[in-house]
Amino acid sequence: MNIVVLMKQVPDTEGDRKLAADNTVDRAAVDPVINYIDEFAIEEGLLLKEAHGGEVTILTVGPERATESIRKALSMGADKALHISDEAIHGSDAVATAKILAKALGSVEWDVAIAGSEATDARGAVVPALLAEVLGAPQLTQARKVTVDGSTVTIERVTDTGYEKVEAQTPAVISVVEKINDPRYPSFKGIMAAKSKPIDVKSLSDIGVEAGEVGLSNAWTQVASFENAPPREAGQVVKDEGDGGSKIADFLASKKLI
Amino acid sequence: MAEVLVLVDAVDGNIKKATFELLTAARQLGEPAAVVVGAPGTAAGLKDQLAEYGAAKVYVAESDDIAGYSVAPKAEALAAVAQQASPAAVLISSGPENKEIAARLALKLDSGLLYDAVGFDGDGNVTQQIFGAAITVTSKVSKGTPVITVRPNSFAPEAASGAAQEVPVSVSVSDAGKGAKITDTVVEEKGSRPQLSDASVVVSGGRGIGNADNFTIIEKLADSLGAAVGASRAVVDAGWVPHTMQVGQTGVTVSPQLYIAVGISGAIQHRAGMQTSKTIVAINKDPEAPIFELADFGVVGDLFQVAPQLTDEIGKRKG
Ligand SMILES: Cc1cc2nc3c(=O)[nH]c(=O)nc-3n(C[C@H](O)[C@H](O)[C@H](O)COP(=O)(O)OP(=O)(O)OC[C@H]3O[C@@H](n4cnc5c(N)ncnc54)[C@H](O)[C@@H]3O)c2cc1C
Repeated sequence: MNIVVLMKQVPDTEGDRKLAADNTVDRAAVDPVINYIDEFAIEEGLLLKEAHGGEVTILTVGPERATESIRKALSMGADKALHISDEAIHGSDAVATAKILAKALGSVEWDVAIAGSEATDARGAVVPALLAEVLGAPQLTQARKVTVDGSTVTIERVTDTGYEKVEAQTPAVISVVEKINDPRYPSFKGIMAAKSKPIDVKSLSDIGVEAGEVGLSNAWTQVASFENAPPREAGQVVKDEGDGGSKIADFLASKKLI
Repeated sequence: MAEVLVLVDAVDGNIKKATFELLTAARQLGEPAAVVVGAPGTAAGLKDQLAEYGAAKVYVAESDDIAGYSVAPKAEALAAVAQQASPAAVLISSGPENKEIAARLALKLDSGLLYDAVGFDGDGNVTQQIFGAAITVTSKVSKGTPVITVRPNSFAPEAASGAAQEVPVSVSVSDAGKGAKITDTVVEEKGSRPQLSDASVVVSGGRGIGNADNFTIIEKLADSLGAAVGASRAVVDAGWVPHTMQVGQTGVTVSPQLYIAVGISGAIQHRAGMQTSKTIVAINKDPEAPIFELADFGVVGDLFQVAPQLTDEIGKRKG
């Protein structure tokens, strides 16, 4: 089974994340890490490989520095990586990113493409659906469980009240939610092995994407401006003297919330 | 005046408040028109409610295939309506499935997609909050028909009368749209609590509650207020509650009128999911807990004393 895991490098949520002068994410301001939910996608890919054989390929669209995150994914046990890196990608919106991913997938063999359900920087949670739309492939997203039986993939899709069982034939686009599994830590052996695993770096033209379709100036949406949100005004904090609960009730009543 | 399409969200014949918020917001941009997408018969019981919130038209795109397959058919049906109506914009309330529908729709319409808007200005710009609401961004769509998902609780719903003229739209779902078949729908959450993502009041519990059984303290407080129940990731990690209840960076983002954090420290990733709440109340025994930096009202004390007392007080004042 050919498993491709879509992995994004994002600024660490612990850091003080900023936008740059051109209104894109400032990727130098904060140390980059693997998008946290993508760790679950990587783990799911590795579990599928363990159960069904095949290979796990990490696919990343991102700047040169994403190599660090790719190496970490390889040290968890992925076999190889495809890294689409090109100056022209800078500032691409979700639609352009999905188009690049689709072309990148076109350059490899794949049965399932597994993504994390959303990235902690953009929080759009739209790329897996966009990718399925571009490819005309089945969309199996928001999965809390993935089962493969031959060419049939079944997921439990999280809903507001429970879940739906959704079934499709490969090749299919999957996204997984946090907590679907327990991502493994790279072992020492894994870290050593990752150093010699192949990372295929390709440009846009290598995969047949026109630079004029992507990037900041070709995005279908534009950020006009941004500003730091004003800090919340300090409220009142009282020590419980045995009447803390009633004090909150008084406060809620004063705000007409009860 | 150009139409603004609003995708209707309904559960068991009841339209969600978020839809009324969008019908209200749509009036700023043009003439609101509701779109009902679903299995045959879905629209019948909804029209009167839509008329009360100013829907001039109700587009009805119904087909058995829409309910039988995941996400893609809904985007196809909505695209069919958009092609017929040539709207000024399409508004969809933010939620996991709706954002996916919006994304696919935008691509079908060759149009820009903006997600999680919290406001509009008069010039076609929307405001969004990013990085856990640390930064407010103003953006606009520069190509095609703006497809915009709007966070619940961003607009106050206001009634207005509308003609709710029914316009049937025929949909035939493509083969590609039938790629992911829904074979079973399982409802796990019983009970009548409001849903977390669009609730007006949310009560969340953190690691301070100590164990799974103590979570009833949170639930009782929530029920006294008719609130939804949330949790920090520490509580989810411990297995005390399911992940669907997690509020924060990698969980649900909430923006209710009132958020009560009980035994939650207020880590940056938790704040990312709740700091735009209108009023925040915190109960924590540690006076240094960062949650107090956000709180409009905080009590430094033992949650096992303070929370049940609050539940009782609310009960007394109501009764
Ligand atoms: C990539 C990433 C994503 C994350 N996403 C999320 C997310 O979506 N949501 C989220 O919540 N977290 C998230 N986290 C985790 C986050 O960093 C914190 O670890 C978590 O929020 C802590 O939960 P807590 O406040 O319940 O626990 P703690 O930080 O342990 O706080 C417990 C609090 O309870 C108080 N307390 C204890 N006993 C009592 C008592 N008897 N009475 C009153 N107060 C008491 C303590 O003083 C303390 O402040 C994420 C982390 C990372 C790295």
